[in-house]
Amino acid sequence: MILVVAEQRDGKLNRATWEAIAAAQQLAADGQVSIVVLGANIAAVAGELSAAQAREIVVVEAPALEPYTSDGFTAALAQVVGELKPSTVVLPHTYQTRDFAPKLAARLDRALVTDVTAIKTIDGSAAFVRPMFQGKLTADVVPQGETPHFVAVQVGSFRADQAAKGVSPAPVRALAVAVDAGAIRQKPEAPFQEARQSVDLSQAERIVAVGRGIKEQDKLPVAQQLADALGAELAASRPICDAGWLPMARQVGSSGQTVAPKLYLALGISGAIQHLVGMKGSQTIAAINKDADAPIFEVADYGIVGDLFEIVPAIIEALKQP
Amino acid sequence: MKIAVCVKQVPGRDWHPRLDGAGTWIREQDAAFEMNEPDAYALEEGLRLKEKHGGEVVVCSAGPARVAQVLREALARGADRAIHLESDALAGADAGVIAAALAGAMGGEQFDLVLTGLQSDDQGSAQTGVVLAEALGMPHATIIMDVQVDQNHLRVKRELEGGWFQWVGMPLPALLTIQSGINQLRYATLKGIMAAKKKEIRRVEAASLAAPKQKIAALYAPEKSKKTQMIAGAPAEAAKELVRRLREEARVI
Repeated sequence: MILVVAEQRDGKLNRATWEAIAAAQQLAADGQVSIVVLGANIAAVAGELSAAQAREIVVVEAPALEPYTSDGFTAALAQVVGELKPSTVVLPHTYQTRDFAPKLAARLDRALVTDVTAIKTIDGSAAFVRPMFQGKLTADVVPQGETPHFVAVQVGSFRADQAAKGVSPAPVRALAVAVDAGAIRQKPEAPFQEARQSVDLSQAERIVAVGRGIKEQDKLPVAQQLADALGAELAASRPICDAGWLPMARQVGSSGQTVAPKLYLALGISGAIQHLVGMKGSQTIAAINKDADAPIFEVADYGIVGDLFEIVPAIIEALKQP
Repeated sequence: MKIAVCVKQVPGRDWHPRLDGAGTWIREQDAAFEMNEPDAYALEEGLRLKEKHGGEVVVCSAGPARVAQVLREALARGADRAIHLESDALAGADAGVIAAALAGAMGGEQFDLVLTGLQSDDQGSAQTGVVLAEALGMPHATIIMDVQVDQNHLRVKRELEGGWFQWVGMPLPALLTIQSGINQLRYATLKGIMAAKKKEIRRVEAASLAAPKQKIAALYAPEKSKKTQMIAGAPAEAAKELVRRLREEARVI
């Protein structure tokens, strides 16, 4: 049996859960999966999940599981896995999964494969496809040792709308686990946003984004002029915002905004996976990079290999011609 | 406060990957190795905490002989001493193997705080720190953007997705995985480089390693998800052609 760990916050299901369900259904020989959801006041989420074609929805409700802590989730899921004995546990590779899943797998002494983008079969065993070396290479990874194996799927790699729905709602069952609130060492405070997002990049029709290839802050006007010429918003990959060259509000990627403009023009962005997940849904992607092997070219519609400081002024010039 | 910082040595950014004969790992001789970037931020955070609260920063790495270079670099930036868990078999090892090896070498030290980068730029599984916390019996938090220490208590700012954050408290000893951009990195000074020569790198032979939890069956160049039209030519011509295609084919400008 394949077990999916759903993710919810404040009773709201994380959409990436449906992607994990789609991956799990692909992995299950008989198409049968079970889904577990943890927290407090999660009856509505369980109801939503019961639309999936699943053997059952297992609800683990305990006050100590709200809010999320890595200690609480590790303790609870170790018991759930012991009880249900799945062959594989599938999770969405969210920041929350990154926080607890390695601890859970380590506690049970089992394999965890993260950031999985596809599933293959090699010599009769499941192999999990994932990026390595910042997306420069792809690996087929076969988990070793006893089952269950844990698999965390990259957000955006499996399609939520391909998760099979059942003809009738899946049965919902409560499972009692003992979570000792006193043994939870993390004391989380309420989540907050740093500042109101001053720029909503998700609404931009066109985006010019800069990465490490811009080299220094003083060169940013080069990109700004191109953005102005295109009527585009200026955005950046994480290292540019880390360096303080552009505000965090202009960051595209897993820790910033997710965008899908008509045109995404990437200047000197290599295309690490954390960036790609934030922009690969763009309608048209054009990339300029000095490195012909840069992973950005794997998602680009148009690519130019070369020096952006020569090419960008030439684009601005070309845009002046009708 | 006794602080450990775990660093990994990974191929540098300008490296063009080539595979070994078996096609399951890289040809290491082609790569110029450097300190994993998130680990460099973890080291900087460790140095800043020491400057504020006193104590010692011990930099730890598990890997083949070449790893000594990043340990020396860390010592030059200000770490007090280093532990090198040495084995050629650690070069392409998975997170579980590396974490178990580090735990063995670090266990006797009684660190108050263990820092490491949130993931490595090579295998990038984002697991080693958390697995190490479990092996050392410490609480942990991941993707950290701020660290406050008060006596035996930590308060850390954890990054959530989409621009959200959360403060989390926990007792020391603890382990944190550090996000890039938490601070501004310092570079080694000439004085630091000279001082590093006198600092200790304790080599620990990795006698036996844990059983691997992952097998890389194949490593290969990524398959393109789109058919990319590469536009060649001199900058002016390529630029003109790109603009034409964006106007006439894609119709996005």
